Amino acid sequence: MDKPTNQRAWLLVLPVVLVVTFSAVVPLMTVVNYSVQDILGPDQRVFVGAEWFRKVLKDPELHGALGRQMVYSLAVLAIEIPFGIALARLMPKRGLVASLGLVVLALPLLIPWNVVGTIWQIFARSDIGLLGVAVNGLGVEYNYTAHALDAWLTVLVMDVWHWTPLVALLCYAGLRAVPDAFYQAARIDGASRMAIFRHIELPKLKGVLTIAVLLRFMDSFMIYTEPFVLTGGGPGNATTFLSQYLTRFAVGQFDLGPAAAFSLVYFLVILLFSYIFYTAMTTSRREEGK
Amino acid sequence: MARIDLRGIAHSYARGPAPEASYALKPLDHTLEDGGAYALLGPSGCGKTTLLNIVSGLLRPSQGALLLNGEDVTARPPEARNIAQVFQFPVVYDTMTVFDNLAFPLRNRGLRGPEVRARVEEIAGLLDLTGDLPRRARGLSADVKQKISLGRGLVRRDVAAILLDEPLTVIDPQLRWLLRRKLKQVHESTRVTLVYVTHDQIEALTLADKVIVMNEGRVVQAGTPQELFERPAHVFVGHFIGSPGMNLLPCTLDGDAAVLADRRVPLPEGVAARARAAGGPLVLGIRPEFVRTAAPEAPGAIPVTFGRVEELGRHRLVTAELGASPLKLKLPEGAPFEPGEAAWVELPAEWITLFADGHAVR
Repeated sequence: MDKPTNQRAWLLVLPVVLVVTFSAVVPLMTVVNYSVQDILGPDQRVFVGAEWFRKVLKDPELHGALGRQMVYSLAVLAIEIPFGIALARLMPKRGLVASLGLVVLALPLLIPWNVVGTIWQIFARSDIGLLGVAVNGLGVEYNYTAHALDAWLTVLVMDVWHWTPLVALLCYAGLRAVPDAFYQAARIDGASRMAIFRHIELPKLKGVLTIAVLLRFMDSFMIYTEPFVLTGGGPGNATTFLSQYLTRFAVGQFDLGPAAAFSLVYFLVILLFSYIFYTAMTTSRREEGK
Repeated sequence: MARIDLRGIAHSYARGPAPEASYALKPLDHTLEDGGAYALLGPSGCGKTTLLNIVSGLLRPSQGALLLNGEDVTARPPEARNIAQVFQFPVVYDTMTVFDNLAFPLRNRGLRGPEVRARVEEIAGLLDLTGDLPRRARGLSADVKQKISLGRGLVRRDVAAILLDEPLTVIDPQLRWLLRRKLKQVHESTRVTLVYVTHDQIEALTLADKVIVMNEGRVVQAGTPQELFERPAHVFVGHFIGSPGMNLLPCTLDGDAAVLADRRVPLPEGVAARARAAGGPLVLGIRPEFVRTAAPEAPGAIPVTFGRVEELGRHRLVTAELGASPLKLKLPEGAPFEPGEAAWVELPAEWITLFADGHAVR
């Protein structure tokens, strides 16, 4: 049976295409345009080809920022994903406690990101902050403005506090979709709690975890506001991540050419890693489906 | 193999002290003999799944005791009882192969290697799953998944009883028949006590040696399919069993006989007297299969008007009117009767069941 073709459907897509063109494609093309030019003044532009790309890719400070960013993103994933799954498993399936738990869990997600940074900036201060004073009181020397390691730990803890609820909520929804019969059958089969997790919960969570990993990876790779408000990138450049480095270029120094080149490279790096993650997590599912 | 004794089992899903009305399962005493095939039959909400979950240990009864081979196991969790359960929703572990699925209960109990392999292959042979053993469990059809679920129950040597909670509901009708036969074969060769919950009477009557009919949390009658069909103990059983169910005609008594639409219908000996003693509203029950056509004005015959006639292949189902009540009867194919026609039927006394206040009088 031949399906009738109707090309008029393309007209329905037209409004969306126009909107996306103006809001995304055109600005992107502008960036590409800037990335191959040296902008000396409003009307003075010189075409320099791939010079900015070469300069940016060889920049040692960029390499430093990239390295720090990678460590940060991987650390965030390594902590938040298991922690989120554990939180989701702890929540009861139904009832008042479950509802209250969900609300409390979601609260950190509702706070504006720069407010999150401000909260933790004050909270972790070693002179007047609850956390800072408590830790120092316990005998551990802690000052996030002075020590790089302390700054790193504080930024990580802040991110975990802020974003683990997202992973937990996604996993909770995923777990709720598992029919009771599975748990009952596993009990009768004599499966241990660990076996139930491995053979029932984890496979059923695969779809939800793909989303959670992708979202957390992309967001943490682009993170800007929270660490900027908390540490300002310091001490020195210990917590200067990629996006902050880029902003310094474009906004601080107004060097649009290299900034544009760097933006494109940044975009491509995120695209590449997301593609790798996505393919890794969905290939096995596709193979099984056959 | 096990004998299952239910002593005063009752259950309410309400929390705290529960009022009488909230009991999903009213107090009941019953014994399921070792090696028997039992069906729990009843409409939705009658308490059969509750009872099944109590037997398997997934539910702790509000009252009463459950004994397995004389031992009180009411407090024992399901993993410590030698009971397997197959659910309505096919449960297989997607990430494992069929072999690993069947081996799972054995491995969880500490068995290894060649012992596991031998037992799994034996059960796979019994269930015609040998060819599927190396395949991934994900993506198999529902009937194969249910066979795997059943296999996981059978694979444990010490399993005392297998409980099945409407397992064929999700199976395609043409495969349902095959799976029912396979279940019967499995029961005959392994002689494990089988308890099968269903609301489909065909399944219950073909699979079970003994059927326990339940309604609104109570056991209404327990007996062989033959007994339930021919000698129902309650109006509910008469109506529920049979396709269509029993005709239930309100009647009165006149001496030794019942009176229907001003006609006397002879009853079996002594029934009328016992019915009078029992008291309560009287209902005369007779199955459509046993209603016979009669010559006009024959002794004991009753005039009826034929209504709708349905062709059901080898016979026709006629819905007639007897006075104000409908009367269904089955006529052989090609019998020369038309809708709207007046005719005479007789109700043979040996097939009549008189119900006083819902309960059969014998």
